[in-house]
Amino acid sequence: MKIKDLKELLDAEVFCCEENLGRQIDSACGCDLMSDVLAYVKDQGALLTGLVNPQVVRTAVMMDLICIVFVRSKEPTEDIVELARENGIVVMNTSKRLYEACGILYSNGLTGKVKNS
Amino acid sequence: MSEPLVFHFDIDGEDFISAGQASIQIKKNLRRIGLDPEIIRRVSIAMYEGEINMVIHAKGGEADVKLYEDRIEIILADKGPGIKNIDEAMQEGFSTASDTIRSLGFGAGMGLPNMKRYSDSMQIDTEIGVGTTVTMVINLA
Repeated sequence: MKIKDLKELLDAEVFCCEENLGRQIDSACGCDLMSDVLAYVKDQGALLTGLVNPQVVRTAVMMDLICIVFVRSKEPTEDIVELARENGIVVMNTSKRLYEACGILYSNGLTGKVKNS
Repeated sequence: MSEPLVFHFDIDGEDFISAGQASIQIKKNLRRIGLDPEIIRRVSIAMYEGEINMVIHAKGGEADVKLYEDRIEIILADKGPGIKNIDEAMQEGFSTASDTIRSLGFGAGMGLPNMKRYSDSMQIDTEIGVGTTVTMVINLA
């Protein structure tokens, strides 16, 4: 699906990089532990998390992720948004909880399946 | 053999929130050089975990990334407390990080295992009370 489809499914608010909403994502992960993202994620387009600090963005940069969704209406701070903007990563938030948000995306075809693994 | 291209960084150990800046810069530099994206990804993840480790455990240090024709070496040197038991530290899940660090999404005992996972070889030289140097090699061929 495209990032804009994810945004609509999660009724999310976008904080930066709206110009990238047309980009395609084939997979996603939901995780609060950045070391696990660094260990196990591959070819994932979006990261859903309840953790809000700049390391989430740096982790996304390292993993070539193109979209971050903060759950439970968590608001990213300006330094988080700025760092994401510098790196072309779409940042949004949703009022849904992590489990529910992941479930909605999964049931709409965005699975956590990883290519070549 | 030609001299390697060297990128040097001083890692500020005062602020966990800003940790990882050197790794982002390395990723940009290697992209500019035009290396294979998978190699860039492995180098930057391995260095990022190392950088985080240096900030958490050693109040910072120095990082050198050396680009040779056939490999990339990442050398992370700190003057921290040293690693008491390397075998223990290499186990996934073993950590001595504080609850504060854990609340920030790290310190789950995945740092060194991840560094090893993403490099072709990794060597740890450590001395209690003196410091630790981690050398990771990622082959280009």
